[in-house]
Amino acid sequence: MPDAPGLELIRSEINDRHPGAVLDTSFGHGQAALIADPEQILAVLRWLREEPGQEYTFLSSLHAADYLPAEPRFGVHYELLNRNRVERVRVRAALPDPGGSVLPQIDSCVELFPSADFPEREVYDFFGIVFRNHPDLRRILMPEDYVGWPQRRDFPVGGEPVTFTHNEPGAPLT
Amino acid sequence: MEVERRKIRALSPLEQPSSPEELRVRQLRARDMLRGSIDAEDLDAYVEDRVATTSLEKIQGWARANSVFPMTFGLACCAMEMISVVSARTDLARFGAEALRASPRQADLIILSGRTSIKMAPIIRRLYDQMLEPKWAISMGACSSSGGMFSNYAVVQGADKFMPVDVHIPGCPPRPEALLYGFNKLQHKILGSPDPGWRQRYNAEGTEEWARGGVASRPSEEALAAYAAARETLGA
Repeated sequence: MPDAPGLELIRSEINDRHPGAVLDTSFGHGQAALIADPEQILAVLRWLREEPGQEYTFLSSLHAADYLPAEPRFGVHYELLNRNRVERVRVRAALPDPGGSVLPQIDSCVELFPSADFPEREVYDFFGIVFRNHPDLRRILMPEDYVGWPQRRDFPVGGEPVTFTHNEPGAPLT
Repeated sequence: MEVERRKIRALSPLEQPSSPEELRVRQLRARDMLRGSIDAEDLDAYVEDRVATTSLEKIQGWARANSVFPMTFGLACCAMEMISVVSARTDLARFGAEALRASPRQADLIILSGRTSIKMAPIIRRLYDQMLEPKWAISMGACSSSGGMFSNYAVVQGADKFMPVDVHIPGCPPRPEALLYGFNKLQHKILGSPDPGWRQRYNAEGTEEWARGGVASRPSEEALAAYAAARETLGA
């Protein structure tokens, strides 16, 4: 795993080739992350996958998160793994929310990592993040006629309210 | 070794009269019966000894309650408890329901064993509609009864929102004994209100598949009237 100086080296090398592609790096809790420009996410991933000496050829996970009060709001995380050196690096693309009914968009990385097909569908299903050039972008877990993006933080939890002892009327605040 | 040979005698005194006098009494009583001239009290005693009366509904309910065919159908973790109900420790076969059918067309009891997601609900409803009349449903556990701990966007908050349920069993999950108790309650229910079952209770008689003309059928007239009334109410 690249440490903090190693991450800075990777950042400068990518930015030499693709100016402005890596915005920042972060290293903490033993995890290395590159914060990438969502418009150049494919260039960053391709460089990490194909550059001799890097060769992070395995996408072990692709997921998203909603950091609602923060801006930009969404983060799409790519967890890359080099299986020879057993080194991991995370690429995070911070996506702003266009607002209204417009969905945030990012390039699909299925052409680089075919295993990203289902994870990208899942991210689309739960967060409403559109992956451009995805071969088959449909909902994968929720029903296809479902309305809304249920894992967004401003999506109501749903269900029915249940009166527990901590929220029954007149209960002391604890 | 000495072998004693004797004629086998039947144990019942009916087979072998003990004395010539008793044989004579029996012969005379049979002759009276053939003539139709047996006395009132004697006739009552004779009939009570030999005949039991009941109604057809009662005996139908008795037969149905003691030969329920559950469907092989598990939804979630409650299915583990449901599976163990047919095993040796709590033997569902004692109550005549050991034949779990793999087809809804052959089953008359569906046990909703687990949470029902909104994606699964139409499929469960379809399976329930495919079951033959009369049919019953047990909602097993907190999740299928009320949504349980899954108070969220993906789980139906109680299976009785989309299908009729006869017995709700609490627990998370209920122990096999609890499921067995619930099944006994259902048996009592089948004995008590046999024929139309939930259709009578839900005021839905005439909506059966056969009454509507087969599988590819249209809604009943009552349902159409209800839809029309709803449309008028909504102003659509």
